[in-house]
Amino acid sequence: MSTEEIRADLADIVNEVAGVDAADVQLDKSFIEDLEVDSLSMVEVVVACEEKFGVSIPDDEVKNLRTVGDAVSFIERAQA
Amino acid sequence: MSTTRVVVTGLGATSPVGGDVATTWQALLDGRSGVAVLAHPWADQLAARIAAEVAVDPTEVLDRVKARRLDRSGQLALVAALEAWEDSGLAGAVDPERLAVSVASGIGGVQTLLTNDAALREKGPRRVSPLAIPMLMPNSPAANVGLAVGAKAGVHTPVSACASGNEAIALGLDLIRLGRADVVVCGGTEAAVHPLPMAAFAQMMALSKRNDDPEAASRPWDKARDGFVLGEGGASIVLESEEHARARGATIYAELAGAGITSDSHDIAQPDPAGLGATRAMKLALSSGDLAPGDIVHVNAHATSTPQGDVAEALAIRSALGESTEAIVTSTKSMTGHLLGAAGALESVATILALRDRVIPPTINLTDPEDVGLDLAATQRTLPAGDLAALNNSFGFGGHNVALAFRSV
Repeated sequence: MSTEEIRADLADIVNEVAGVDAADVQLDKSFIEDLEVDSLSMVEVVVACEEKFGVSIPDDEVKNLRTVGDAVSFIERAQA
Repeated sequence: MSTTRVVVTGLGATSPVGGDVATTWQALLDGRSGVAVLAHPWADQLAARIAAEVAVDPTEVLDRVKARRLDRSGQLALVAALEAWEDSGLAGAVDPERLAVSVASGIGGVQTLLTNDAALREKGPRRVSPLAIPMLMPNSPAANVGLAVGAKAGVHTPVSACASGNEAIALGLDLIRLGRADVVVCGGTEAAVHPLPMAAFAQMMALSKRNDDPEAASRPWDKARDGFVLGEGGASIVLESEEHARARGATIYAELAGAGITSDSHDIAQPDPAGLGATRAMKLALSSGDLAPGDIVHVNAHATSTPQGDVAEALAIRSALGESTEAIVTSTKSMTGHLLGAAGALESVATILALRDRVIPPTINLTDPEDVGLDLAATQRTLPAGDLAALNNSFGFGGHNVALAFRSV
């Protein structure tokens, strides 16, 4: 998958879980500060990503996924 | 007990016969049943395949993201409470630290619990929702109503099976009389139309199996009754001290004059056959409301359409109000089914509107009534002008009895 394809699918997940406009889910945006995704919703996003992208995202890794770009990069590496 | 008078200044409901108070009330007056054969595939194997699901799905009304963070019981509670809150006109007109919530559920977030149990078994612990606990905890509906209205004087969840809704309202009355709040958003909610609770109630021999004629299945006091019909929904009433309501020029529906709470200490599931606990609850509601038995012109009965319960309650009503009582008795469960923890709240809405509009909804399907020595409303009935009072009864597994006494204004 391309970076943009992953970002678009992730945006749909964030929209579904937290109601954030998918167009706002851009690589430079922080989940918590910019998109106001709370901690429980973040867990939902992570689990939905694991299912959608067929990757495993360990709990210890989640704190490193500050921005949408962090998450997309992690998913790209995990898929490679 | 202080003499603070407590009045009703807001109503809300989402029920099997309507998505709001106005639609629900009109349907009840018209004698429309909300019972139908369940369309869910899982219902096919059940002994009782009928239920009274809500007329308007709460996810059609609530914000999508808000709805997905709530169990269905929380969704229904919120829909009803928001209608009552708006109806009361209290937004910005009450100190949040004097605003409390008392919203009950009989069973709690059972659909969330069972859905997540299925996810755990099929896909493992990683697929259990991080929202499962805040969605399934029994206080979740009350807490979410509290968040929605900004209540800071305490959020409460009385749990007493099918008496829960009435107990929540009784608690609201106490909170205001004790000076702990000026306004309490009260109510009840239930969303247990799911194969497990339905199978469990059927195993207790509690449910009607009239699958071939669902609208005729809930028939309180009729000789052909064979059990209750499970219903779902939410209802809410806003209680306010009369002083607070008068000061802001609020529209007052009725006064909640008194409440009586007793326990049978007889059996976990069967009512006391002599109805002694129910009788005492009604008598306590009268005495705490400074009412005489002869003041009661109407009773919205618990009467769920079970062979034993309906008769025991009739006996209790005659014991409490006197053999010569002229109170017109009805059971709106004939149309809504039994909403368990929401029943008392929905039936309080009906009782309050009966006093306001001077009209009593019928008990439908009452074609061959038991001789219970009461004036049962087989058709819509009217009430006279003047100062009137009415009772709303709710009883629950565990031997809980809660009677509420409302007075017209």
